[in-house]
Amino acid sequence: MQLALNRLKETFGDSILETHSCLGNETAVVEKEKIVEVIRFLRDTQGLEFNFMMDLAGADYPERSERFEVIYHLYSLSTKKRVRIKVRVPEANPVVPSITSLYKAANWFEREAFDMYGIRFDGHPNLKRILTFDEFEGYPLRKDYPVNKRPKIPTPDPLIKV
Amino acid sequence: MQLGDIITTRIDEVVKWGRKFSLWPMPFGTACCAIEFMGVVSSHFDISRFGAELVRFSPRQADLLLVMGTVNYKQAPILKRIYEQMCEPKWVISMGACASSGGFYDNYSVVQGIDEIIPVDVYVPGCPPRPEQLLDAVIKLQQKLQGIKEEN
Repeated sequence: MQLALNRLKETFGDSILETHSCLGNETAVVEKEKIVEVIRFLRDTQGLEFNFMMDLAGADYPERSERFEVIYHLYSLSTKKRVRIKVRVPEANPVVPSITSLYKAANWFEREAFDMYGIRFDGHPNLKRILTFDEFEGYPLRKDYPVNKRPKIPTPDPLIKV
Repeated sequence: MQLGDIITTRIDEVVKWGRKFSLWPMPFGTACCAIEFMGVVSSHFDISRFGAELVRFSPRQADLLLVMGTVNYKQAPILKRIYEQMCEPKWVISMGACASSGGFYDNYSVVQGIDEIIPVDVYVPGCPPRPEQLLDAVIKLQQKLQGIKEEN
């Protein structure tokens, strides 16, 4: 049963770079320019109805020419199916269109991917660090972040200054 | 020896004795050590046997800061601020491996021991420590307040 992947291939053709399906896990790698369209299609098409964005994560593959990956996990509450969408971006220009216009839930997930990997999300309403503090230098989940590097104690937030 | 000297010394000792058995702890609980602390203040282990049962949730009313759990860099200025808000004299117990040394969180986000930020009087090892260990830490702090040096 590869309904979602087949529908994607029919609709987007060459923009779907790779697909993979194993034991009900369906994965598609898509062009980053098409990501918003692809996800809107998955959400709004009758019979697919992936109306729940479960997860959005970054990943770092230093050996690849397109080093970073953004992974979207979608779930359909009506058909009870899952699909995984991946987008790859190079280190020189790690920018992916934001899907916050489609799912409000994506807001904090995209901030997390930005915080940990430095992947920027074009069109995000409030793209700033979410887990570490604003003065934090570097992106700690990148594979080349030094294991022993420690940040300086941050200056207090203006809210707790008297 | 003059009479006044003797009286001064004795008042000093009385003040120490009074402080020793009226510690007002403020819990700064960020992880599982704080759960152990709940056991320590409850009837089974009962920290009130040592006069430190009056837990305050405002640093302004407390003189013993109990840091229990992992403190990360984002929290560090907050912990420092809370310590600064406490009135003198004040003491700090660092409870558990995380607060004392970062514990197994040897990574980019966790402060490698709260003594990077604030002074600590007694360190309690363990992950988490047994309630008896925290009671022992309170007793050690009382000895320190009385000016008794620990024998090794």
